Parts: sequence; structure tokens; C-alpha cells
Amino acid sequence: MAAPVKSKVDGAAGAVQNLTIGKAINLALRSAMEADDKVIILGEDVGKLGGVFRITDGLQKDFGEQRVLDTPLAESGIIGTAVGLAVRGFRPVCEIQFEGFIFPGFDQIVSQVAKLHYRTQGRVKVPIVIRVPFGGGIGAVEHHSESPESLFAHVAGLKVVSCSNAVDAYWMTRQAIESDDPVLLFEPKRLYHSGNLRTEVDTTAKPDPLHVSRVVRPGDAATLVAYGPSVKVCLDAATAAQEEGTSLEVIDLRTLSPLDLNPVFESVRRTGRLIAVSEAPSESSLTSEIAMRVQQECFYSLEAPVLRVTGFDTPYPPAKLEEDYLPDLDRVLHTVDRSLAW
Amino acid sequence: MSSPEQWTHPEPGAGPAATAAEPTPEQVIAGLRATTEGGADLTQLLTPEGERVASARFDPYVTDIDAEALRNLYRDMVLVRRADRESNAMQRQGQLGIWVPLLGQEAAQIGSGRALRPSDMAFPSYREHGVAWTRGVDFRELIGIFRCSDHGGWDFQHHGFHPYTIVIGNQVLNATGYAMGQKFEGKVGDDNGEATIVYFGDGATSQGDVHEGFVWSAVYDAPVVFFCQNNQWAISEPTERQSRLPLYQRARGYGFPGIRVDGNDVLACLAVTRWALDECRHGNGPVLIEAFTYRMDAHTTTDDPTRYRLSDELEEWKLKDPIERVRAHLARGGGADQEFFDKIDAEADSFAAELRDFVFNMPDPPPERIFENVYAEPSPVLEAQRREYLSYLEGFAGSEH
Repeated sequence: MAAPVKSKVDGAAGAVQNLTIGKAINLALRSAMEADDKVIILGEDVGKLGGVFRITDGLQKDFGEQRVLDTPLAESGIIGTAVGLAVRGFRPVCEIQFEGFIFPGFDQIVSQVAKLHYRTQGRVKVPIVIRVPFGGGIGAVEHHSESPESLFAHVAGLKVVSCSNAVDAYWMTRQAIESDDPVLLFEPKRLYHSGNLRTEVDTTAKPDPLHVSRVVRPGDAATLVAYGPSVKVCLDAATAAQEEGTSLEVIDLRTLSPLDLNPVFESVRRTGRLIAVSEAPSESSLTSEIAMRVQQECFYSLEAPVLRVTGFDTPYPPAKLEEDYLPDLDRVLHTVDRSLAW
Repeated sequence: MSSPEQWTHPEPGAGPAATAAEPTPEQVIAGLRATTEGGADLTQLLTPEGERVASARFDPYVTDIDAEALRNLYRDMVLVRRADRESNAMQRQGQLGIWVPLLGQEAAQIGSGRALRPSDMAFPSYREHGVAWTRGVDFRELIGIFRCSDHGGWDFQHHGFHPYTIVIGNQVLNATGYAMGQKFEGKVGDDNGEATIVYFGDGATSQGDVHEGFVWSAVYDAPVVFFCQNNQWAISEPTERQSRLPLYQRARGYGFPGIRVDGNDVLACLAVTRWALDECRHGNGPVLIEAFTYRMDAHTTTDDPTRYRLSDELEEWKLKDPIERVRAHLARGGGADQEFFDKIDAEADSFAAELRDFVFNMPDPPPERIFENVYAEPSPVLEAQRREYLSYLEGFAGSEH
């Protein structure tokens, strides 16, 4: 075992630090590992390299090779052994290098991670966190830019969350690790190191619960709901719309399973209009579920059908075309106009 | 690590796929595959005729097995077989949705299961009712799976017996992770070390998860015994559909020892598993054991083996019965008399009767069970679904719904 390390969490920097999303997750992992020596990290290249996105930077150096495991190159192995480690009482945090490589582990996630607790009537807890960098906009080759979160939200027994800012990145990571349920954390990879998203993160402030949605910008003309990287797109769109005198409400979904749509229902009852925004293809996706539930709950409040701005129902295109594929400010505003014209 | 010299070197082209012996001309004429002989590397302590074979390497692992211990192993196997046959019959009578027979594999399961200590953990697939028995999990605790009234909810920690895993090969990785945990916690390194054993079949060896389990366990020196019951058939597919090489020889490619044991010899299974667990306890794991055995019945009660295998093969294997050889050995050596055998048969009868009575009286689970324990921490969405459905059901209260 590694020698105890001097805490860097509540060190000279104090409880409030100015962090990018990537650094916030790194700090959260460090804090969780200091708080509980059963927390271990498994993944490809997470040790010496610090992960391909450097999210686990410095952790192996401080906690040792038995707490930060550079694993063989096998996603089913990462998830499958994490299940056994969890049964043994560990709290494994698995890093999947890119969302497009999660599928070798899909069997273990669906067949074991999601079902062990149910199968054993609660005897086996599976407190596993699976960190998944997701989404596009980084000019990458195939399999490095997708948004498969709906596939996991569809699986009973899993919990799925996504952060859009550094404060949530820190606390969601901490809370996911503390949860006795398996949690998939979809991290907006293109925002990891965005300097303009640096936020003051107070590691002593009481956070929101993990599975709640939140209004991040109030408005009254129409409601935008998004998660992960699309939240920033919606906020930018709301800023632009405001300049034209249109006040848009923006909701950060945060939790994808279980969905917390109560803030959305409340908002739609006020605005009468909803546009759901996501990089994922639209068919049978989270945006489909949101639209279905909103029409069920807010039937008499709707002034227009629920609309959405999503990726297309195609494989992710070559990156030279991704600007067309990804929801952007213009497509969002165009859809807002369509809604308002109803 | 074990010395590489002890390991078996594969000799490509030494024999037909997945076997260690060329079929004799008679076998070819009979249409038999060469699966009835385990080959020169087979570890055996008790012949099918019940003769004790000396083994310098493995005798030291069964010095404590006197006549009484052997009688206990005999009793284990008879009771487990009787419960297996009763369950098979209960499926035919509509009391069970399905049954997964272990007939013919009693020695592999009892021998390996009795090698375990309470501090060890066993990861079964779905046919390990015999191993379950050795871990104190009663048939009544696992029959709900096959009655389709639960998915198996025994206290896995208390018994050191993980839930059944139905997806082929998944548990091999899970067991590897568990064993990594034992190692990380510093529970290996001497005689008191802990170990994990994981059960899977010949078909599972084709799964990526099993390959990954071999890779991971080797990389992390995980204290895990891979116990492959090669029962020659993966439903309708013979072993040569899974491998060109005898399965135990695969271990060499991963860098750990592999050994083939007579899976119908309870004494050899006990000795070899004790040795393998010892290797793991001392930090020299992993080890692959291939228990060379035969699935005497169908894959499950939905299967029809007559469509794909020859009765001659079955007849050959009947001569290797795991229970008969112990009985012969005991009887011949004065280790047991007719009175003992009758007593065990009577116990098996009442054991089966109790099981039958239990199954026939098993209540169906209440509808709210559907919604229970999906999560450790409740999900509001699911709670709403549960409330809605239960109130819907209440609308039928008092009616003949």
C-alpha cells in the first residue's frame, strides 16, 4: 500500500478553488480517495499518463498502483473485475477512455452491474462509478465523439448523470462514488479544459442532491432543456435571444436516470413551450422520453408541440461535418422561432 | 510462481481437436468422438473400477481422507444426485419452469467444493448445485430460480457462494476482480491466505470474458482458481467447436499452470483443487483446472440431446460414473457395508421428499416484488410506477381477477 499522503484537497488553496471541469473531477477523485481507502480507480492509461484527458493526473503517484490501476486493454475486463471488487467491498471508479469504446463492457454493465442488486434482493451492492467522456466537437476520428447515454438510461438498475459545469463535475463525482448504486457519469469531453468555464468550486458548500434537475437561467417565453455539453449551447442561445427581447428559461437536466422532470413540468406550465437539446440521435432517445412525459403532464399548458434539436439519426459523421451535426446556437434559435410561431 | 517445467507443453498436431487421444479404430467405427479418455495428462486417484492410484504429487493433499471422509463425500454425491433427479422430475410435472441437471458432474462439484474453506469465495455459473451444497446453500434456497419465483437471494457472504450467473463467462471476470480484492487487502501469502474459485464450462472458454479473466488474473497475480468443468458439450456443440487444443493447455499461453483432472474422480478433484487453492493462498495464483467429465443429461430440461449425440458415448461414460467408483472402492476396502449404502439411499429419499414438499408449497411472490431492490437508493420514477400499478390492482380487490 502507498504511504498516507498529505492532503492536497484542503491545503493552501483552501476550500474554494477556481477550476475547469477536468480539474474539478480530478480534485473530486482525489478527495474521494482520501476520504475512503476503498475507492480505487481502474482504466486504461489512468496511471502514469493520468488518462488520455489527464483527468486522473497525479493520482497514481500519490495513491500507488493498487489504488490507481493501469489495466489491460479490455473494457469488459475493467467493468467485470470492478463488479468483483465491489462485491468484495471496494468502490471502483472505472474510466472508459472514450464513449465509443464502452461497448465491449456493455454486457457486464447490463447483465451484472445493473442487475446484481435486484437479482440478490438487495444482498449485493454494486457501488461502481463508470466515467465516460462523451460528445463531439473535438475534431476526432470515428468512435471518439458519440452520445450513447440513452442506451444506459434505458437499463433498469443503472443511474446515469451528466455534468455541464465545474461545480457539478466536482460534486456529482463525489456523490456518484458515495452512492450505493452503480452510476454512469457522462462527462462533456470538449469542455474538460475550457478556460472560460473555470468556476469557483467550494468543496465545503452543501451541494444539490445528485438526482435533481435545475433551472440555470430563468425566462418566460420558452423552456430549453439540455444536459452535458448542450447546456452551454442553450445558455449561449438564451443570451443571444435576450438581446432580441426573447426571454428563454434553461434547465440543466443533470440526472438522466432517474429523470427529474418536475422542474421541466413547472417551467412548461409557465412558458407553454419546450425545446429539448441533445447531441444524441433523436429516435428512441432521452429527448423522446422528455417529450412524452411533458405531453402527459402538461397537456393543457402546451402552446406548441415539444420540439427538439439533436444529432441526426446517423452514425457520427467525419469530423469535418460535425458542425452541421451538432446542435448549435443557430439551430436552437431557429427551433425556438418555430415554437414561438405556433 | 510455479516452475514452468511442471507445466504441460502443448504439442500441435498431437491429436484431434480438444482431446488428448486419437480415437481408436473401434471408436471411429462406433462414430465416437475421442472424448471418453482424458489422455496421458489426466490426474486420477480413483479409477472407474474403484482402484486407488498412487500419485506422488497429489496424495499429500488427501492424507486426511480416511474411510469416514470418503463416506461423507459419497453421501454428498448421492444426495445431490437425488435432489437433481427429483428437480428434473418436478420440472416434468410442471412444478419448475426449467431445470439444469448436473447428472454426471457430482465428483467435479463435490470434490472441488469440499476443497474450499469458509473464508474462500466461489463464483458459480448456473449448474453448480453440488458446489452450492458444499457451501451450505440448500437446494431449497436455489430452487426458486428454477421455480421462477426469484433470481436467487441466498446470503452470499455468509456462504462464500456468489449468486448464480447465467450469462456465459461473466462470472469469470467478476471472480477475478474479487480475487484482486483479496490480494489488495493483503489476504494472500501464507497457509492462511484466501482464495477464489470460479466455475465455468467448456463452452464458456470461447467467451471474451474468460480470456480477459485469464489475462487480468495473470497480470495481477490474482488468487483465483479457474475451474472448468469440461462436460464435452455446450448444449449441442462439442468441445472441438470451442478449441483445437485440450483446454487445460491454454493456461500456458497466459503464463500460469493448467492441469487436467478426472472430473469423475471425487478424490482427484479434491486433491487437485486443494493444490490449486494452496497455490493461490501463497500468492502463486492463478491456476486453471480442467475437470474432464460428462454431462449425462440434457443441457436443460428444454434440450434434446438425442438430436446431436450418440448413445454409445453416453454408455461409455456410464462406465465412469463418479458415484459408483467410490461405492466400489468403499465396499471392496471394507470402508462401508450394505447397511451404510442403504442408510444413505434412505436419507436421499427423504431429502428428495422434503424438497418436493417444499417446492409444491412454494408461494408465488407478491406483485410488489417486481419493484423491490432495483436500486439501493429509491428512484422516484420507479416509486411512481409502483404506486400506480398497485393502486390499479387494488381496483380488482374482491373480484376474480
